Amino acid sequence: MIKNCLLITLLVVATTGRTIASNKSSNSYFNHSGNDSINAGLKLPKGFIAIKAADNIGRARHIAVTTQGGVYVKSAKAINGKSVYYLKDLDGTGKLQTITSFDKFGGTGICIKNGYLYTSSDEEIFRYALNNNGEVINTNKPERIVTGLINRHQHETKSIVVDNEGNLYTNIGAYSNACQEQDRTKGSMGRMPCPILDSAGGIWMFKADKLNQTYKDGVRYATGLRNVVGIDWNIKNNALYVMQHGRDQLYQNWPQYFDANAGAELPSECMYKLQNGSNCGWPYIYYNHLLHKKMVAPEYGGDGKTVSNQPFQDPVIAFPGHMAPNALLFYTGNQFPTKYKNGAFIAFHGSWNRAPLPQAGYCLVFVPFKDGKPIGEWEVFADGFSGEEVVTSTRGAVHRPCGLAEAPDGSIYVTDDNKGTIYKISYTGK
Amino acid sequence: MKKLLIITVVFISIVVVAQQKKPIHKVIDTPKASIERGNGVYERECLSCHQADGGGVPHLNPPLFENTDVVGDKKKIISIVLNGLSDRLPIDGEYYSNSMAAHNYLSNQQIADVLTYIRASFGNKASAVTADEVKAVRDKKKK
Repeated sequence: MIKNCLLITLLVVATTGRTIASNKSSNSYFNHSGNDSINAGLKLPKGFIAIKAADNIGRARHIAVTTQGGVYVKSAKAINGKSVYYLKDLDGTGKLQTITSFDKFGGTGICIKNGYLYTSSDEEIFRYALNNNGEVINTNKPERIVTGLINRHQHETKSIVVDNEGNLYTNIGAYSNACQEQDRTKGSMGRMPCPILDSAGGIWMFKADKLNQTYKDGVRYATGLRNVVGIDWNIKNNALYVMQHGRDQLYQNWPQYFDANAGAELPSECMYKLQNGSNCGWPYIYYNHLLHKKMVAPEYGGDGKTVSNQPFQDPVIAFPGHMAPNALLFYTGNQFPTKYKNGAFIAFHGSWNRAPLPQAGYCLVFVPFKDGKPIGEWEVFADGFSGEEVVTSTRGAVHRPCGLAEAPDGSIYVTDDNKGTIYKISYTGK
Repeated sequence: MKKLLIITVVFISIVVVAQQKKPIHKVIDTPKASIERGNGVYERECLSCHQADGGGVPHLNPPLFENTDVVGDKKKIISIVLNGLSDRLPIDGEYYSNSMAAHNYLSNQQIADVLTYIRASFGNKASAVTADEVKAVRDKKKK
């Protein structure tokens, strides 16, 4: 009975508007219904189709596509000692066949730039030279570009992107939730200043072509970022954009200031446009998208109401809490309708810290952009990955979106790190 | 006069504390009652990370079923609840990224109840945990 009431409430809320401000209940922006035989189980806007281009590709994290259409996927875990899969569409059906696999260490990051395939483990960054067909010349001989990055088994993955000037950017996640004296402990205060920020909790910049770099060779490009997984270089305004995973446990650790609803909705998941020296404020503040304000974190004297007066950077756009943005892609293709050109696709891996309320995310979101700035509200572009109407336990989600890449024909690929499914989404106009 | 006041206050405090503690000993301890109380503790203290179905969160928070630490030696699971866990050792071959906080602010009875509930739920069929067993682990740590 209770469950039915909850479902009805959600359905009622779901029919009433989609703007961020009007949505205070969780899951109201999502419709999880999907039929597996149609569009690979995904719900898409009219005129789009989806197929499962591949399945069981390890724990598929990020993905990169060559100009020839070859697909490289990085798995979080090496399987039989191999964590990068190279796939190709051999028969023109869109289905991908695995050609080869290599790369010893599991990880998340992968990207292609200037004739090289870059990959990351949770501590190091490598590159492989590509031939004129976009194939790795020697899969046994990666060059080590960066080594010795912090991995303390919390926010340990390293996403990577290379700009047009030969700089390589990687996130180094904070090995903490909110820099408390006792991590994730009720009432534990924040350390001042947060000592983690000297070597983590930010974006570091290295040279894309210099071997064996360590911290001393890099620049802390941006700080105050708890953990970043989604990262992309925007070619329209030549700037780095990242998606932060906001902190957890506002309700669980500070029940005197936050109820279950506030703890599910907050803090916002934020997109930042970075420049050298950016400070986005973690752990001292969090963002509240309902108030459009930076708030003092409870670990640093906040109470859920106190607005921060510190000059930390504002987000480009902010989303509801805990949805876990794991990939960011600025769409440069010509296949999709004009409104999608240069806009941002964000893959939300899906939440866990919205409990006891239902979970949210597990979808692909689109934000229209012009000249590097959003020009409209965000909308759910692809949903139904979880295979459930309502996700009550994270483990119940069948597929979890994690990586994004654009194919030369303008289709986009979405990876899923739960079942290793690679989706291909295309526009037919029908 | 001042001394008397202090003594009185101390005396009253002792009486109050003693009275507050009393109901714990009055609890009628059937396993069913313990499980019911434990369900409440679970919802308040555990559910957000270990989820409503005890399934945890893949790669972040371990599940409470098919987990040898949960249904194995009681001392180990009592110790995890009391002291938290951040040693990044694999559990049944899987790594989990999030730290678990120490829950030593819960009473021995609350820990006994929640562990009894967990060990009898989510498909688990392990024996009940008593407040005395929790006390033994807690006292050992103090020495």
